[in-house]
Amino acid sequence: MTDKMKPVDVVVVGSGVVGSIMAMELVSAGLKVLCLERGRMIDPQQDFVMPYVHDELKYDRHSDIFQNLSRETLTFRNNASQTALPMRELGSFKPGEMVGGTGAHWGCNARRFLPHDFELRSRVDERYGKRFFPEDCTSQDWGVSFDEVEPYYDQFEHIYGVGGKAGNLNGEIQPGGNPHEGPRSREYPNPPTRRTPQGEIFARAVTELGYTPFQGPAAAMTRDYTNLYKVMLGECQRGGFCSSHVCSQGAKANPLTAVLPALYRKDNFELRPLCNVIKVNTDSTGKKATGVTYIDARGREVEQPAELVVLATYCFNNTRLLLLSGIGTPYDPHSGRGVVGRNYSYQTGGRVHVFFDDREFNPFIGGGMVNTSIDDLNGDVIDRSDLGFVGGAYVAVQAFGSTPIKNKPVPAGTPRWGAQWKKAVAHYYRRSFAISIHGSCQSYRQNYLDLDPTYKDANGLPLLRMTFDWHENEKKMLAFMYERVTEIARAMKPAKYAAHQIYKNYTIVPYQSTHNMGGAVMGADPATSVVNKYLQSWDVPNLFVVGGSAFPHNAAQGPTETIGMLACWAADGIKENYLKRPGPLV
Amino acid sequence: MAETAVPYAYGYLSPQEVRFLDAAVERLIPTDELGPGARDAGVSCYIDRQLCGMWGTHGRNYRSGPWREGTPEQGFQSRLTPQEIYRIGIQEINRYCRGKYDKYFEFLSPAQQDEVLHGLEQGAVDLVSLSGKLFFTLLWRNTEEGFFADPMYGGNRDKIGWKLLGFPGVASGAYREHLGNPEVYRAEPVSILDIRLGHAQVDAQGFAKHVRIIERDGSKQ
Ligand SMILES: Cc1cc2nc3c(=O)[nH]c(=O)nc-3n(C[C@H](O)[C@H](O)[C@H](O)COP(=O)(O)OP(=O)(O)OC[C@H]3O[C@@H](n4cnc5c(N)ncnc54)[C@H](O)[C@@H]3O)c2cc1C
Repeated sequence: MTDKMKPVDVVVVGSGVVGSIMAMELVSAGLKVLCLERGRMIDPQQDFVMPYVHDELKYDRHSDIFQNLSRETLTFRNNASQTALPMRELGSFKPGEMVGGTGAHWGCNARRFLPHDFELRSRVDERYGKRFFPEDCTSQDWGVSFDEVEPYYDQFEHIYGVGGKAGNLNGEIQPGGNPHEGPRSREYPNPPTRRTPQGEIFARAVTELGYTPFQGPAAAMTRDYTNLYKVMLGECQRGGFCSSHVCSQGAKANPLTAVLPALYRKDNFELRPLCNVIKVNTDSTGKKATGVTYIDARGREVEQPAELVVLATYCFNNTRLLLLSGIGTPYDPHSGRGVVGRNYSYQTGGRVHVFFDDREFNPFIGGGMVNTSIDDLNGDVIDRSDLGFVGGAYVAVQAFGSTPIKNKPVPAGTPRWGAQWKKAVAHYYRRSFAISIHGSCQSYRQNYLDLDPTYKDANGLPLLRMTFDWHENEKKMLAFMYERVTEIARAMKPAKYAAHQIYKNYTIVPYQSTHNMGGAVMGADPATSVVNKYLQSWDVPNLFVVGGSAFPHNAAQGPTETIGMLACWAADGIKENYLKRPGPLV
Repeated sequence: MAETAVPYAYGYLSPQEVRFLDAAVERLIPTDELGPGARDAGVSCYIDRQLCGMWGTHGRNYRSGPWREGTPEQGFQSRLTPQEIYRIGIQEINRYCRGKYDKYFEFLSPAQQDEVLHGLEQGAVDLVSLSGKLFFTLLWRNTEEGFFADPMYGGNRDKIGWKLLGFPGVASGAYREHLGNPEVYRAEPVSILDIRLGHAQVDAQGFAKHVRIIERDGSKQ
């Protein structure tokens, strides 16, 4: 039996980066908004206190803030000839399950995409010819331009208190910033991070090689800050235990610190935790959403009617809920037709470690994504004619607060354990750091999401199935980046350096990044996208599907700044256009 | 005489299993001139406590069938829980050692123990019920955790692992000011356990008050 609840104007599913901002914006427009979250309620002041948050074991591996796979996971295979098997333990990525979502334990790296990224397909075609993209690549334009969304990047930065230095103010290149960024309408709300000694060594080396270093933008406060929603955030103490942890100081902007406190003050907002949404309901025409069905903490099936439904459940469940609800045509990799599940992409990465015998650092000091970066190898800055790959990377030295279980690099050739290993970690823990490569990932015909035919979640519903592997283009791109970064490493004159290997196949272990993209992509053409440029479903106009699920391919920068921007942009589309004339906005 | 390295009442592991683990983890991170190894750091105790908790039964893992071996890219696919992997693994490794060396693992010479561990790691020593590699991977993962995690979990006794690296543990409120400073920051490590037991002080924000170790004449402490 299904219980039926009182109707609301809007139901937002998920309380992460997207859900919290969408809820706040729509509540401010006077709508009655209900947010349904599968995870538990959080009181940051009780749940995340000193010294207990400075616990690497818990927050790297065992915390209950991560998705509980015993109830729901996904299955994975590298290609369609294999049988997908469940991801039984967290590995490659670490989605959150609590009020605040994955956003609560993110790493604060807050970069805008480049103008190039939004129009990748047409710009590359124009510059290098139509045959430049690999044949199977399905990366496509987003249907919006950078200039259109710039004000919403600005809005997000003023919600998340991003600290940085403008590199391009209204078209004028600024010293100290990233000269390759798109023109921004004003400065960052907060100053950039200070540079670490490691960052200084990097900056000197890259300057020598002709690149332009800058302090990469980050969403951990560089000073006490009151944000757009009148919420106070304190200055970051650089105590490490940051990415993958929740900040006890409220210095890391995230749904719990930057948005939800403002929402809790609103009478027309309700948050219902421990409600797992299993379906978006539609009327008999299939063209109008009537609300959602969820399973509550006591196991009851509940129907929640709403005028407007927003899915903000991260890349995976945004896609899965569409498939479970029968909204949109599922993607078929054989014919290339259909859209739901199409263009799943990820993030490429790599590291070159440098080891010094004559210098010691303080690798545990950091966090809040203190970093010194270059963007000269990203976007369309370098001519790709002879390189033969699409995409790029930014390169950075980050001070993330090296914790000892995971961060003990050793030179190549060191045994994996035993006395020699012990000597090497003791010597190099404080005498090394990583230069990291953070790269783009194109979408391909063979990489997609659909429903698994065998494995089910705790409610008996099919798990999402991921079919994904690295393609030649990304391997070529990474090989090129490793060459450049090895040059940078050498310019630092370390005693030794060691480049990691490029993975032959994608593997679901170990941790790489929680930057999962696509499955419900945005675009200008309903034949190749699930949502229009306003993140509105082509099939069901009172349904908005917002998040990384909308990225038609992934750029080099971390996704969250763009995900938050899309939430601001979609909310504005609803407020300014949809509410005035409910119906398709395109 | 205490039968195991660390005085502690084991909740899951049997005395023989503890002796096996004490011997094995001591080869993985041995005692040497740099300081005590994993045995004296209490890694077996750490493993025991992990096995007693949620992780010991993979309580947060997806555990429905069908079970298949899968490719390495597909990650952990064993139907056995960590409790079972340790219990069955230790028994079968000891059986292997009896067959090959006529002794239990704990009584082998260090060189023989290394031989067995390398064999497990590289897949040369395979077990009946599970892959030797799987056992080794888990053992090494837990050894590193037990040596470097906060002592509140039963390992890293006396903060042996942190002293080895120069990791100060719970952060100090002084870090922010030190971020851009190239001067080497050394401090006696502070653990969550220390703070809990009142062995270390905290500031108003809850950060640890570190006792700095001052270096003289550039010579290391
Ligand atoms: C360790 C780590 C470090 C990261 N660092 C960075 C970084 O430095 N820079 C960067 O750009 N990005 C980073 N990210 C990624 C970032 O966290 C995500 O991009 C961001 O959180 C996505 O926001 P979202 O709102 O789409 O999803 P989430 O924040 O995950 O929110 C989705 C919410 O939906 C809920 N939900 C899911 N399914 C259902 C359902 N069926 N019913 C009800 N509720 C549901 C979830 O529980 C969750 O609360 C990091 C991620 C991790 C894990």
